[in-house]
Amino acid sequence: MTIPFYFDADLAPRCRRRGAAKKRLKQKVYRSPVGGAVEDHFSRNSHCFRRKHEGIPNSGRKTMKRFLLFVFLFIVCISSFLFGADAAATPVAANSGDISWMLISSALVLLMTPGLAFFYGGLVKRKNILGILMQCFMAMAVISLQWVLFGYSLSFAPGNGFIGGLSYVGLNHVGMEPCPFAPNIPHQAFVIFQMMFAIITPALIIGAFAERMKFSAYLLFSILWATLVYNPLCHWVWGGGWLAQMGVADFAGGIVVHISAGFAALVMALAIGKRRNHTLVPTPHNLPFTVLGAGLLWFGWFGFNAGSALGANNVAISAFLSTNTAAAAAALTWAIIEWITMGKPTMLGTATGAVAGLATVTPASGYIGIWGAMAIGASTSLVCYFAVSALKPKFNYDDTLDAFGVHGIGGLWGTIMTGLFASKLINPSGPNGLFSGNPKQLLVQIFGALAAVVYTVTVTFVLYKLVDLMIGVRVDDKKEVLGLDVSEHNERAYTLIE
Amino acid sequence: MKLIIAIIQPHKLEEVKQELYNAGVNLLTVNEVLGHGRQKGITEIYRGVRESGNLLRKIRLEIAVNDDFVDPTIKAVMKGAQTGETGDGKIFVLPMEECIRIRTNEKGTAAIG
Repeated sequence: MTIPFYFDADLAPRCRRRGAAKKRLKQKVYRSPVGGAVEDHFSRNSHCFRRKHEGIPNSGRKTMKRFLLFVFLFIVCISSFLFGADAAATPVAANSGDISWMLISSALVLLMTPGLAFFYGGLVKRKNILGILMQCFMAMAVISLQWVLFGYSLSFAPGNGFIGGLSYVGLNHVGMEPCPFAPNIPHQAFVIFQMMFAIITPALIIGAFAERMKFSAYLLFSILWATLVYNPLCHWVWGGGWLAQMGVADFAGGIVVHISAGFAALVMALAIGKRRNHTLVPTPHNLPFTVLGAGLLWFGWFGFNAGSALGANNVAISAFLSTNTAAAAAALTWAIIEWITMGKPTMLGTATGAVAGLATVTPASGYIGIWGAMAIGASTSLVCYFAVSALKPKFNYDDTLDAFGVHGIGGLWGTIMTGLFASKLINPSGPNGLFSGNPKQLLVQIFGALAAVVYTVTVTFVLYKLVDLMIGVRVDDKKEVLGLDVSEHNERAYTLIE
Repeated sequence: MKLIIAIIQPHKLEEVKQELYNAGVNLLTVNEVLGHGRQKGITEIYRGVRESGNLLRKIRLEIAVNDDFVDPTIKAVMKGAQTGETGDGKIFVLPMEECIRIRTNEKGTAAIG
């Protein structure tokens, strides 16, 4: 079973040392003529690969230098082979560095859900903010339990290509032994990290049906959706299912998280219908909340993407950098687009651009360098801006908080971009994309994305109908007018007098 | 000259505004207020403590009009705010003694429009 997504902390540097030590050492001499101490640094630093490929000239000219270089190179080649064989003989053990990074990353990803609650909450009318916060917070409670009871098993237990088995139900057989997906961390650390992804994914859909869905219906829908859409998709891509076997690359959840949530959002927005008195003009009641939420999302996304390296290693660093770079490029691009087309850059637009950039870079983050990240960030703002400002009014659906326009379109775009920009030079255990001479990966990515779209759309629609038949999805008009805070939860977010 | 005070449902404000503009009434002041009429407020619960009879959010419009605009204004508010449910609100019409435009010192009907 090969799972391209998981990056093994110790194996990768060893592979790199074997494969390209020669090229790297030339670079090393160019940058720093002497020093054995530099060797370890360079052999573990993938930047030198990039430098090489950006055509920075080798300045070692003199014959003597060349000779010394050759000797040095020869010795290092030999030693790296020896070292490589050494490392292969030693199994990768759980270590405190990787464990602490995974626990910190898990906490960072958990924080994204309340962050999302504020991002969304600021955008709704103030009579509905508690409804949004409650839905997000309840996802943390309900999906956490679903995950440890059976969600993890359905996603990651050995099963068939479609869904995991039941051997890990109630975290049976899941203890402190090395995780089958990442032997450098204990199995339960992997359960914790993946749990946070399972929580935020159904929460992302909330944006589509905000201000009009019954709380009880939301709860039932979320549990069903997590079990019948998220868990299978997670298994397909990360749990060794059929898309993983095809070689679909999804570093941190472009397909599993953003395509699934985004397209489910589109289905829900269409199925539940527009809000009463729906106008195309958004009615955000507290934009500072939205910006606070976007900030927390950006912060938490480092755990989401860099944590998906499943260890404190080079790929984590590279994913961290591409995540930040893409978010920055997307935020700036969105502001510039608004400046040009609307005359002024807006705070909401810039925050939306950042989140779109983060969502889009997610599947690619551990496979790309900064140029790919910038291209993804800038292009995603163009695409998502078009989806939100042109596509939505044209088709006139009420995706209230643009869960589809940002996450669905962003996830789709990012998954395709992964097929363009992925490079083994950044992550040896990942794929090469089109720009690294592997056009097949692009087709695999497109196929994987479409398979996820078809499955998500179909099952989400069936679940909508099921929940609607059982308890009714939408609140009645009177409750919608009164606001979900009071009508669904008997409380109010803000007081007018004292 | 009359002062028309209308208490309406918050979500009806946009429609009422549109109807007023259609009737040629472009000047209004809007307040957010709390209150309740016959529907007796709402129940809220905070940490297990139930509070009933809480006040509902309403919107209060104040519109000063010349006599010939009184009926169109009332009609416009009715058209925009009426749902037929309790809680639709009320319109009060008060006589108005004087109106002065601060910028120009104009008084009376000239100052209103």
